[in-house]
Amino acid sequence: MIPEIGHFALVLSMCLAIAQAIFPLIGTMNNTPSWAALARPLAWGQALFLTIALGALTYAFLVDDFSVRYVASNSNTLLPTIYKISAVWGAHEGSLLLWAFFLGTWSAAIAIFSKSLTQEVVSRVLAVMGMINTGFLSFMLFTSNPFERLFRIPAEGRDLNPLLQDIGLALHPPTLYLGYVGFSVAFGFAIAALIGGRLDASWARWSRPWTTAAWVWLTLGITIGSWWAYYELGWGGWWFWDPVENASLMPWIAGTALMHSLAVTEKRGAFRSWTLMLAILAFSLCLLGTFLVRSGVLTSVHAFAADPDRGVFILAFLIVVIGGSLALYAWRAPSIFSGGRFDLISRESFLLGNNLLLTVFTFLVLFGTLAPLIYDALEWGKISVGFPWFNKMFLMVTPFLAVLIGFGPLMRWKRTDPIQLVKKLRIAMIVSVIIGLIAFMPSISKGSLLVPLGMLLMAWIIASHITAILDRLKHKKGIGSFFTDLAGKGRSYYGMILAHLGVAMFILGATMVSHHGIEKDLRMSPGESAEISGYRFRFDGVIRTPGPNYTANQGKFTIFLGDKQVAVLEPQKRTYFAQGRPMTEAAIDWGFTRDLYVSLGEDLGGGDWSMRLYYKPFVRWVWLGGLAMALGGIICISDRRYRTKKPKKAHLAQTDAANTLVTENS
Amino acid sequence: MKTIKITLFIGLFLMSGFAGATALSSYTFESKEEEQAFRELTAKIRCLVCQNQSLADSDAELAGDLRREVYALWKEKKSEEEIAEFLVARYGDFVLYDPPLKPSTYILWFGPFLLLFIGCYVLSRTLKNKTEDKEVELTEEDQQRLKTLLKDDNDNREASK
Repeated sequence: MIPEIGHFALVLSMCLAIAQAIFPLIGTMNNTPSWAALARPLAWGQALFLTIALGALTYAFLVDDFSVRYVASNSNTLLPTIYKISAVWGAHEGSLLLWAFFLGTWSAAIAIFSKSLTQEVVSRVLAVMGMINTGFLSFMLFTSNPFERLFRIPAEGRDLNPLLQDIGLALHPPTLYLGYVGFSVAFGFAIAALIGGRLDASWARWSRPWTTAAWVWLTLGITIGSWWAYYELGWGGWWFWDPVENASLMPWIAGTALMHSLAVTEKRGAFRSWTLMLAILAFSLCLLGTFLVRSGVLTSVHAFAADPDRGVFILAFLIVVIGGSLALYAWRAPSIFSGGRFDLISRESFLLGNNLLLTVFTFLVLFGTLAPLIYDALEWGKISVGFPWFNKMFLMVTPFLAVLIGFGPLMRWKRTDPIQLVKKLRIAMIVSVIIGLIAFMPSISKGSLLVPLGMLLMAWIIASHITAILDRLKHKKGIGSFFTDLAGKGRSYYGMILAHLGVAMFILGATMVSHHGIEKDLRMSPGESAEISGYRFRFDGVIRTPGPNYTANQGKFTIFLGDKQVAVLEPQKRTYFAQGRPMTEAAIDWGFTRDLYVSLGEDLGGGDWSMRLYYKPFVRWVWLGGLAMALGGIICISDRRYRTKKPKKAHLAQTDAANTLVTENS
Repeated sequence: MKTIKITLFIGLFLMSGFAGATALSSYTFESKEEEQAFRELTAKIRCLVCQNQSLADSDAELAGDLRREVYALWKEKKSEEEIAEFLVARYGDFVLYDPPLKPSTYILWFGPFLLLFIGCYVLSRTLKNKTEDKEVELTEEDQQRLKTLLKDDNDNREASK
C-alpha cells in the first residue's frame, strides 16, 4: 500500500511540474497575475509530493518490502539500517528520485527566499525548473519507476553493492546531486533573463548566491567522492580521471567560471552574454554528467543499447534542453562584447583570462571523456584515454590559472596601475621564487620539475593573498580591523580569499602525494616487519571476525616510528553473505603530514598474506583544500548584501537603466 | 537473451575489479627504483576485464596472466615502447591508458591545442575591443531617456508592491 502512495505522489508531482512549467510562464507573458502567482504554490506542492514519494521508498527499504523490485535488488534483511536508508539512492531509479526531490526542494527554496525578487522573475525561474522536473519525472515514470512491484515476491533481497555500504556513499550522491540540481537555479535565472530580455545588474545579483550555493555543494560532493574512493576502493589513489569522476568535474569547472563571470556582470555590467552562456553550459554538463553515469554508456556502449527506451529518452531530453536553451540564446542574447571598457591590466581582463582558461579546460575534460565513445561510434577503433593524457592537459592549463589567482585580489576594476601592482606583489614574488628554488633540491623534487612548480605556485597564492589582506586592512584601520571587516562589508572578500587558499592547499597535497608517496606490495608472515619512510609495520597475523552481514579476515599491524608505537591498523578482507564477493577494507592512520595506509590482499597459506602498504604524505590537504573552497563559498553567501530585503533601490534602478542604454548603444 | 548476456558480462566486469590490490607482491625486484619503474609501467596498461582499472591495481585472473607476461618481457630488458607495441598488436590501442600518437589519434593530441588557440584568440580579440573602446558617452537625448527609464522603473516598483 505504501509504495502505491509513493507511486501516486510521484504521478501527482509530475502533474504539478507540468502545470508549473506552463501557467506561470504564460501568466508573465500575457499579464495574467493570477496565473503568474501560481508558481509559488505549485512549487510547494511539488516539493511536498516528492517528499512523500521519497519517504515511501525509504519506508519500503526500512520494512524490507521485497515486493518492490528496486528494494529487492538493492537491499537485504541483514543490511544495517543506515545503509538501508542510503540504499534508497544506491542505484539508478532511486538516485533519479533523489534528483527530482532535490529539484523540488530547490524550487521550494526559491519560493521562500525570493521576497526581494519581482513576481515576474520568480514565475519564470520556477517555470523553467518545472520544465526540467517534467523531464525527470516522466523519465522516471515511463522508463525507471522505483515503485515497480515484483509478482513473485522473493524471500530475501539481493543486497546493496558492498562497495556502497559505507558512510561515504551515504553522503556523496546527495551532496553531488544538490550541486547538480542547484545549477538548475542559475540556469533558470539565465533562461528567465533571456525570455524577459532584462540582463541587468540585479539579475546577476540575484543569481550569484544561488550559483555559489550550488557550487559549494558540488565542491563538497566531489571532495567526499574523492575521499571515499581513496579509502574504500583500496587502491590508495584519490583521482583517476575515470569518466564518472570527470562527469562531476566538468560542471564544477564550468560553474567556477560562471561564479567569476557573474561577479563581473554584477559589478560592471560586462560579460553578460558570456555569463549566460556559462550558466547554460554548467547546467547542461550537470545533465550530461547525470545521464552519462546513469545510462551506463560509459561502461560500454552496449550497456546503453541494452535498454533502448532509456537511451532514446535521455538523448531526446538532452537535445531538447541543451538545444532549446542554445536556440533561445542565439535568438535573444546581446552581443558578447557589451559592457563598459576596461584596460589590459584590470580585474575584468584577468577574470576574462580565468574564464577562458576554465572553459578550455572544461572542454578538454569533456573531449577526453567522450573521445573513446566517439572513436567507438565512428568505428575508428577502440581507444582508452586515461590519466596520462588528462594529466598532460591539466598541466597545460592550470598553472596559468594559479598564476592569475595570485593577482586577482589586488586587481581593481577598469584599470590597475601595473607598476603599483608589481610593487605591492614583489615580496610575494620573491618569496615564492625562493620556495620554488628550494624545492629544486633533489631530496624534495625527486627529479621532477613538477614539484618545484607546484611549490612555487602554492607559495605564490598564499603570499599574494596575505599581501592582499594586509593591503586591504591598511586602507581601513590597520590589522586590528580584520574582525570588524569580516563581520561587516568584507565578508565575501574573505570568503574569496579562503576559497583561493583552498586551491593552494590542494596544490600542496596533490604535488606531495604524487611525487613523495611510497607504495609496497609485500608477502608477509606473522611477526615479520617491513619499513617504509622510517615507519616500521609489524604484521601480527590475521583473525576471523563476524560482521552484521559479512564475515571478515582481519589483519593486525602495529606501526612504530623508531621505538615509539604510532598506531595499530586493522584492515579487513570481507566476504558479504548475499553476494559472496571479497571486498577489501583498508585501514588508515591519518595525519596532517602523512597517512599510513594498509590494505590486505590474499591468504597465501601458512598464515602468510599478501598486502599493500602505503605512505601518503600530505594527502589530507587534497580534501582540506576542497573543504576550504566550500567554506569560502559559504562565507560568501552569508554576506549581508544578499540578505537585505530591498536592495538599494535607486542605485539598482540606476545601473539597470544605464545598462539598458549601454546594451542598446553597443 | 542478448540482454542477459550483457548483464552477465557487466556482472563479471564488476566482480573482477576492486578485489584488493597486492598485485606485485609475488615479483622480485633488484632495487626500489626498479620496482617503482615496473609499477609505473603497469599503471599505464589497462586491465581488459575490469571496469577501468590498471594492470598494477587489478586482481583479476586475466590481469595476473598479462602482468606475468609483461614482467617476463621487462626482465628481458625490452623497452617500454616494445612492450607497448606487443600489447597493442595483441589487444589494440584500448589496452594503453596513454593513447599512442598516430594519424587516427592526431585529433586527440592536437585538438586541445586548437582549443587553446581559439581561447587565446577570443581573449585577445575581446581585450583589443575593450581596451580600444571609448567610454560610452551619454548624449543629451540619452540623458533624457535615462530619466524617463528611471521614472518608469520606479513606477513599476511602486506598482509591484
